[in-house]
Amino acid sequence: MNHKACFHCGLDASKSGITFDKKSFCCNGCKTVYEIFSTNDLSCYYDLQAAPGATPKEIEGKYNFLNNETIAEKLFEFKDGDFRIITLYIPHIHCSSCIWILENLNKLLPQVSSSLVNFGEKTVRITYNGEKLSLKKLVDLLCRIGYEPYISLENYESGKKKIDRSIIYKLGLAGFAFGYVMFLSFPEYLQVEGIWLEKYKHLFRWLMFIFSVPVVFYAAQDYFISAYKGLRSNLLNIDVPIALGISVLFIRSTAEIILDIGTGFFDSLTGLIFFLLLGKYFQQKTYAFLSFERDYKSYFPIGVTKISTNGKESPIQVYDIEKGDRLLIRNEELIPVDCILMKGRARIDYSFVTGESEAVSKKSGDKLFAGGKQMDGVIEIEVLKSVEQSYLTQLWSNDVFKTNKENAFKNLTNKISKHFTIAILFIAALATTFWLIYDSSKALNVFTAVLIIACPCAIALSAPFTLGNLLRILGKKKFYLKNASIIEKLAKINTIIFDKTGTITANKSSKITYEGDQLSLEEESLLKNTLRGSNHPLSRALYDILNEHKIVTLENYKEHLGQGIEASFETRNIKVGSAPFVGYVSDLVTANTSVHVSTNNNYKGKFTFYNDYRKGLSNLFKKLKKDYDLAVISGDNDGEKDNLTKLLPTKTKLLFNQKPDDKLEYIKYHQSEGAKVLMVGDGLNDAGALAQSDVGIAISENVNVFSPACDAILDASKFNQLFNYIKASKGAIKIIKWSFVLSFFYNIIGLYFAVTGQLEPVIAAILMPLSSISIVIFTTISTNLLGKKII
Amino acid sequence: MSVIYVLLAISIAIAVVFFIAFIFAVRKGQYDDSYTHSVRMLFEDEIIKEKNKK
Repeated sequence: MNHKACFHCGLDASKSGITFDKKSFCCNGCKTVYEIFSTNDLSCYYDLQAAPGATPKEIEGKYNFLNNETIAEKLFEFKDGDFRIITLYIPHIHCSSCIWILENLNKLLPQVSSSLVNFGEKTVRITYNGEKLSLKKLVDLLCRIGYEPYISLENYESGKKKIDRSIIYKLGLAGFAFGYVMFLSFPEYLQVEGIWLEKYKHLFRWLMFIFSVPVVFYAAQDYFISAYKGLRSNLLNIDVPIALGISVLFIRSTAEIILDIGTGFFDSLTGLIFFLLLGKYFQQKTYAFLSFERDYKSYFPIGVTKISTNGKESPIQVYDIEKGDRLLIRNEELIPVDCILMKGRARIDYSFVTGESEAVSKKSGDKLFAGGKQMDGVIEIEVLKSVEQSYLTQLWSNDVFKTNKENAFKNLTNKISKHFTIAILFIAALATTFWLIYDSSKALNVFTAVLIIACPCAIALSAPFTLGNLLRILGKKKFYLKNASIIEKLAKINTIIFDKTGTITANKSSKITYEGDQLSLEEESLLKNTLRGSNHPLSRALYDILNEHKIVTLENYKEHLGQGIEASFETRNIKVGSAPFVGYVSDLVTANTSVHVSTNNNYKGKFTFYNDYRKGLSNLFKKLKKDYDLAVISGDNDGEKDNLTKLLPTKTKLLFNQKPDDKLEYIKYHQSEGAKVLMVGDGLNDAGALAQSDVGIAISENVNVFSPACDAILDASKFNQLFNYIKASKGAIKIIKWSFVLSFFYNIIGLYFAVTGQLEPVIAAILMPLSSISIVIFTTISTNLLGKKII
Repeated sequence: MSVIYVLLAISIAIAVVFFIAFIFAVRKGQYDDSYTHSVRMLFEDEIIKEKNKK
């Protein structure tokens, strides 16, 4: 079959037959974007990446709210005279072509003076002439070329975010000081004899002191603060030995240079702080563009169209919606509040809320809930509750979201640090008492030496680098975790619970099979023509799978909502729809969705729509079965029970008809029995369960639309790799443990020198950076190998 | 050997200048986005075509 791909977006173009300039396109939208680009000399867009575009969506009137001054005001980053600067979040940014075209916007719109893309955050910062170009026109153009911005209440509220760059400042300061102090400490290390050294060593020492002071008091302040907080709540976290080490280093070094005993340990001090901060910086470099802290506000539009009593339409802010207002909701717009349908044909997609992707038809007088997306043209609604009081907000006010999972979990590093600190203090005390008896002049020396050399920096570094690197590797494989501690939690789970719809089934496609008498060519043609006139999702799905037929004009076409369609052409009439409509009486009550067909009042057969399970589901479950207890919990009816029992290994628990609360309770029950639960789900209805579980993973077909309570997002295409990802997490924990062993080895060597009173600054200066660097190299190489091997 | 005072003073001065430049760069936001620049520098400059005025 000739499979032509659309030159612009890469989707299948063989059916459309649209060609332009010797290239095929899947639709007129893509062709239009191509025309825009080629007439403006922007065809370089296609050179950087194959099929980089997106089909532009219909946005007629969707951004009218941008004409409202107050709303637009809040979105601008800067406004002065003609000058406007706005930062827009554009989810479609995914490749170098996107960067290129967005930074060349001024070729399409001369009023744009510059635009800068931040690829990691998927934003573009546009500077333009606000007098000559309205914000709405700018956004319209972006939509027309397939780069629709995602403007949500969240951007509207937070305003200018203050970026915290203190870690970079501290790291820079520590780095500069470290290099300089090392440079200054060379003269004394090289033990050059000579009067000049006696004369100048004080200069060098005091210079080292001056450089170290800002490092200790500014760059290292977080460690002191955190250690103090930890001690106050009786927690011996990893920052306690670090703070102890830094303070002892600093005090002893200062004492040494004042009393002219030695040269001090300033180079080890600054080096230690530099490496520790490097670890922290690395830890912070996680995925900024995937915000896990979204709440309901990020789903809702900022402005809606209000219809005033005299029929005039005006854009208003979502927060200004009051009970009794009449609103206009357009095609593909989200319903922001609970309301009653007044006018228009409503087909609402509630997949946000319930996870079911099949749209529900509603008629005038029916109640519609916030979070649904209108799929079928324009409707008018009357508001029942304001934004704050809707069902969705209440769902998320559930206590389960308030409890912070982080507090309960003591990660590996903190556990080890407790033992470490106690052991070190014990050894220090022991060694000191020994020397007090034997040769008391060395006692203080030994005490401080032990505290200095017992470097917890290796322990402090192994977890951030291992987990940070693994976080990055997993992110490349489309498994995005909220933070590094999730990896540790993942390694500990023993029970896995899956949601059905949207999680183990692919949301958008269904398999359709036909049972019954074969339809003749004329009957099929009639069927196809009948389906063509209907907007019902089942009709459309069925229409797509039938073969091409000549289009004829039907006589007597009639669609009965909720029941079926009947039509006739020439001598034949056909009825398509539910069993009773078609006149089919059966004793089998199937829960599956089926569409029955009868021609000339003779029953022909039925088309059954099966859930399409994700690829690799069986294999995944087989692999998981060996180590984990598995369960599938669904809000659906048990129509799929037989299918699931066939697909999944025995002893997999299957539960149907579960409401969101039931799922939550099930997890709570198992947790009370000691299970560590991983929940895999999607949609807002799973939010409570995902928050309650020890680790919650949301499967997403589009990573910008997901449940807020999850700890990780897994791209739907990588679902069958779940087992490998969990195995990788376990591998990471093993690597951390091995690096603890390595650091232990360094500590033994260092302690030998310390306890025997032989700890020269030069030895400390060599050992400490050496241990830090080797730990970092070891963990980085190991995690890279782990990433290659398992995934 | 007292020239060492001068040498040290000059080297510290240069180091401080670079450090200030670093702080300046961070404040201007150069370190906020560490990825896009690597892509941007590989874009080719356009050959300005003569546009036919209609």
